[in-house]
Amino acid sequence: MAQFTLSINGKQYQPDVAEDTPLLWVLRDHLGLVGTKYGCGIAQCGACTVHMNGSAVRSCLLPVSAIGEGKITTIEGLSENGDHPLQLAWDEVDVPQCGYCQAGQIMTAAALLKKNPKPSMEQIDTAMHGNLCRCCAYHRIREAVKLASTKI
Amino acid sequence: MSTATKTSRREFFKLGSLTGMGLILGFDWFSAEAKTPVVIQGAAQAAASGFNSYLSIASDGVVTILSPNPELGQNIMTSFPMIVAEELDADWTKVKVVQASLDTKNFDRQVTGGSGAVPHSWKRLRTAGAAARWMLIQAAAKKWNLPAEECTAENGFVIHAKSGNKLGYGELAEAAAAIPVPTDIKFKDRKDFKLIGKAVRNVANKDIVRGKGLFGLDFYREGMLFAVIQRPEAFGTKVKSVDAAAAKAMPGIVDVVTFKNNVAVVGKSTWEVMKARKAVKIEYEKDGNTESTADHNKIFLSLLDGNTATVRRKEGDVETAFKNAAKVIRSEYQCPFLSHSPMEPMNFFAHVRPDGVELIGPTQTPGTARQATAKLLNIPEDKITVEITRLGGGFGRRLKADYAVEAAELSSIIKAPVKLIWSREDDMTGGSYRPAVRYRFEAALDKQGNMIGYKLRGAGINSGNPTREDNFPSGSVENLLIDSAEHNSPITTGAWRAPITNFLAFAEQSFMDEVAFAAGKDPIQFRLELLEKAKTAPVGPVRYDVDRMIGVTKLVAEKAGWKKKPGVSQGFSVYFSHRSYVAQICELAMTAGKPVVKKIHAAVDCGEVVNLSGARQQVMGGITDGMGHAMFGKLSFKDGVPEQKNFNSYRLIRMKEIPQIETHFVDNGIEPTGLGEPALPPTGGAIGNAFFAATGRRLKTQPFVDDEAYKAPAVKKQQPASTLKKERKP
Ligand code: FES
Ligand code: FES
Repeated sequence: MAQFTLSINGKQYQPDVAEDTPLLWVLRDHLGLVGTKYGCGIAQCGACTVHMNGSAVRSCLLPVSAIGEGKITTIEGLSENGDHPLQLAWDEVDVPQCGYCQAGQIMTAAALLKKNPKPSMEQIDTAMHGNLCRCCAYHRIREAVKLASTKI
Repeated sequence: MSTATKTSRREFFKLGSLTGMGLILGFDWFSAEAKTPVVIQGAAQAAASGFNSYLSIASDGVVTILSPNPELGQNIMTSFPMIVAEELDADWTKVKVVQASLDTKNFDRQVTGGSGAVPHSWKRLRTAGAAARWMLIQAAAKKWNLPAEECTAENGFVIHAKSGNKLGYGELAEAAAAIPVPTDIKFKDRKDFKLIGKAVRNVANKDIVRGKGLFGLDFYREGMLFAVIQRPEAFGTKVKSVDAAAAKAMPGIVDVVTFKNNVAVVGKSTWEVMKARKAVKIEYEKDGNTESTADHNKIFLSLLDGNTATVRRKEGDVETAFKNAAKVIRSEYQCPFLSHSPMEPMNFFAHVRPDGVELIGPTQTPGTARQATAKLLNIPEDKITVEITRLGGGFGRRLKADYAVEAAELSSIIKAPVKLIWSREDDMTGGSYRPAVRYRFEAALDKQGNMIGYKLRGAGINSGNPTREDNFPSGSVENLLIDSAEHNSPITTGAWRAPITNFLAFAEQSFMDEVAFAAGKDPIQFRLELLEKAKTAPVGPVRYDVDRMIGVTKLVAEKAGWKKKPGVSQGFSVYFSHRSYVAQICELAMTAGKPVVKKIHAAVDCGEVVNLSGARQQVMGGITDGMGHAMFGKLSFKDGVPEQKNFNSYRLIRMKEIPQIETHFVDNGIEPTGLGEPALPPTGGAIGNAFFAATGRRLKTQPFVDDEAYKAPAVKKQQPASTLKKERKP
């Protein structure tokens, strides 16, 4: 066990966990940030997507010891009031079905829009291809990303 | 609009009393016969009334609706309240939905499955809303001393237009509660619907997009333990010995316990138990057959050729029909096992205490979880509570309560509250799959191309009955034999979204296409002729609605421009499943020698559409799901061990692979007939038939990517020009 100082959503946390613990489980089990989901544990589904220094990363494979000074953002910290253009678009387009994958989808999309605020449909598809949605809400995910991109 | 989850009935009443109790209407969501709502003026009476769900209107005008059914993405938490609110003329922004806990005394069917919730409760929900509305109007009229007939209700208010009087539901609720419940309630005319049929957003959207912990896996409680279970790798083996010394010594590990064939690693965090599980050394021994997919392939053939089949339906004299046939068409179709793989893996929280059991988690059948736990632990059912969290998908997997019962058993052994977590690998390799099936179809045509004989034999592995003997084309063929044979395997199976028909529809609709082509007829025309026959001269009972099937067939043909798009390869498919009808036309193009599904048109008859947005989701999601699994889905076995263990080898459809989808609903005003499953079954057939139109080759095995015809290099379809011309003129 070791103490790590993590910067998550602008706050400092000091969880006492083994150094190989994936960030995903630190967030969920130790910090009560359960918006980030477990889907596969092997970087295949994207349910666990968070941002590190603004880029989308898979928290299920990111050991806590590798984060260092990295600034982490989770779905809970994406916006202050749940009003990030993507969150609003997700509601407007009525994307969620079961909803389990959606935090990961939004975090992936948010990283895309940060780098490329006006992506083409192809660019959206490429960016979102790594995120599984078992309910197959893909059409609306795509539409919502596009809609949000018009409002950024 | 807001939602609250994990609110027990007791809390619900507490909530009611906090906001001022107002009108509480007990109504019967799910018992066999719709009853008239009864006004209940307090928790004690409510609990004793024998009614089983409650609509309350608080003095601030907030309408609270207790929703008994598990929500797994079928959008029930939005569509149920919409129906109540419609008849109530409630202000939708003041409706609050509460997920009920399991309550078998008051609810009759707290199940999510079989596309059955809305069809089952449609009338009950309308009755609840309409009765409350009527009582509110009576209360207002009394207050104003005006005739009730002159009053109307709108958007949470009772209005008397002539006098300009207006009172909010909140202000009227208490007085309304004193009005006798009407016995004869008139529903709204559908032309006056304000909510039903409109696109209404999911009531949980805001919580979902903010990452609120709604799901079973999100449940945490101070002091609870975490556990993973190592189950036998191979179906047909059992635990021989366990060496857990190393695992027990690892940090955070509380215990390693073995029960049945489960080796449970219990500890203080998810990661620690996942890690320690790898250090447990378990030896297994044989406990049955350890089967491989290669074995199954042989078993299928021997079942199809054998004489062990159970007759499911028989009409006329099949043997003679085939003897007299001008042409016989014979074809076989096969599918593999599939994993359900909802995005949220199986999990459950259990706390077995001396005085009772607490179960919390995602389940499609909370009642089964309780029953099974009661039986296993020998605890009376009324000592067991089940709280239903939101489900991160289900697809039929969570109809089984095995994972909830495992959690309860483990908690009783370790005498501690515990959350049992299935890793993705556990979820994929832990069984309860869509059964693998092979079908043999035979059709006899006379000289005019009429289908005079039809045979279907299904061979399944733990499939129950792999046929649906009363579905089309039964009823339209003079001589027909449908039977099935079964292999019992240690590999466990269960209901998978649109059980059996998820593959049968593909096989049947592909075969129907083969027969149509052999008869030299347009595939749609060929089916319409059969349907006409089922209508005018039915052979035996017809257990599907011929007109609805014809309706969606014609609608999709018109909307998709069937055979009117030169250069576009189209494939048609239609299917009746559960209670609804869906026809699809797929447009497929060959791009660089590879088939690409460009677009799927769907015509859907699910009766009244409750929520247009949710309905479209179910259709788009169902079609994409059907396509993904037809194209890529496969769970194969080697010596009893599943060969796919996670999403790196078990392929699901992804963003770049989805087709355009265009959905059309039939507007016929009949009562809702369900939509959670019916859009999925026709998709494989539409794609397979479009593939044939493009290549002249038939896809007969799923997943398509493994089918020889799919993998073969592209060659132009070889159809006699004359046949082709004839086809184009239905
Ligand atoms: S849980 Fe991390 S990618 Fe699936
Ligand atoms: S909404 Fe259910 S997995 Fe995406």
